[in-house]
Amino acid sequence: MKPFEPLARKRDGQPVRFLIVDDSVFARKSITKMVETFGGQVAGEAGDGLTAITEYGRTNPDIVLMDITMPQMEGIEAVERIVQEHPDARVVMVSSVGYQENILAALQKGARHFVQKPVKPEVLYEILRYVLNEEPATAPVGASEGRTP
Amino acid sequence: MKMDLIQPFIGSLDTVLAEMMKAPVTIADVTMEEEGYRRKGLAAVVGFKGQIEGRIILDMEPSAAAKIAEYMAGGEVDPAESIVPETVCELANMVIGNAVTQLNDRGFQFRVFPPALLTEDQCARIGSDSEATILSFDTPVGVVHLNISMRYHSRRSGERQPVAVG
Repeated sequence: MKPFEPLARKRDGQPVRFLIVDDSVFARKSITKMVETFGGQVAGEAGDGLTAITEYGRTNPDIVLMDITMPQMEGIEAVERIVQEHPDARVVMVSSVGYQENILAALQKGARHFVQKPVKPEVLYEILRYVLNEEPATAPVGASEGRTP
Repeated sequence: MKMDLIQPFIGSLDTVLAEMMKAPVTIADVTMEEEGYRRKGLAAVVGFKGQIEGRIILDMEPSAAAKIAEYMAGGEVDPAESIVPETVCELANMVIGNAVTQLNDRGFQFRVFPPALLTEDQCARIGSDSEATILSFDTPVGVVHLNISMRYHSRRSGERQPVAVG
């Protein structure tokens, strides 16, 4: 894997803190390893949407990497609830199921971007750079109508 | 079973494994199975419901799973480690998720459920009530099997109800 220029927070130059949400322990480990090569730090992990909501409140991460298909509560519902409580939350969906209906639903609930598994590090890196450089109130195209004020 | 429903799974397994291992994958065998499914090694099942209903089992020898875990984890993995069955589930998730994406974008509407590891007892129960197509693939780490059993319901376009996997 080629070296990546470390990602840093715009406001203070500190490493970007991630919350990684996936029901697969293996996927969480794999994504953790990837974000660490980007200079990021893992602030927390969750194996389902419900735990993700709790962990978001506890860790206040800069970015959430969220799977869609999970037990108890799926990723799209978790995004909606996190963004309702934290309108500036930056959530990137990471899922093997990437059909248009799912992507649109996630964006409408407040997700900032979508990455399909298997994740290519260079693709995830570019998306993270893009999402980190967005203004907090900026939503992706097509995301505004589903947002809760 | 309609071949145009199976084709995305063949393409997806080829794409996902080739992407991870940087090597080609070829179909070694295609068979039909009507009785209880006999697990070849470590197996994970993904169920789906909607216009297309059924389940797919991804199955491989533990040594092959360990090798794939090494590719995915980027380091040496012991076949006895708990990460190996996790790898089979995640691989099933990726292969089936990518195929489902293609089918959904072609207009088939259905819901997918999280992957689950299969025990031998579950295998026997799963296969006993439906015909399945088994695709065996030669990969650089050994043979990987996809056991596909699904039905197409043309009148269920709006149905999106969840069911338990397995």
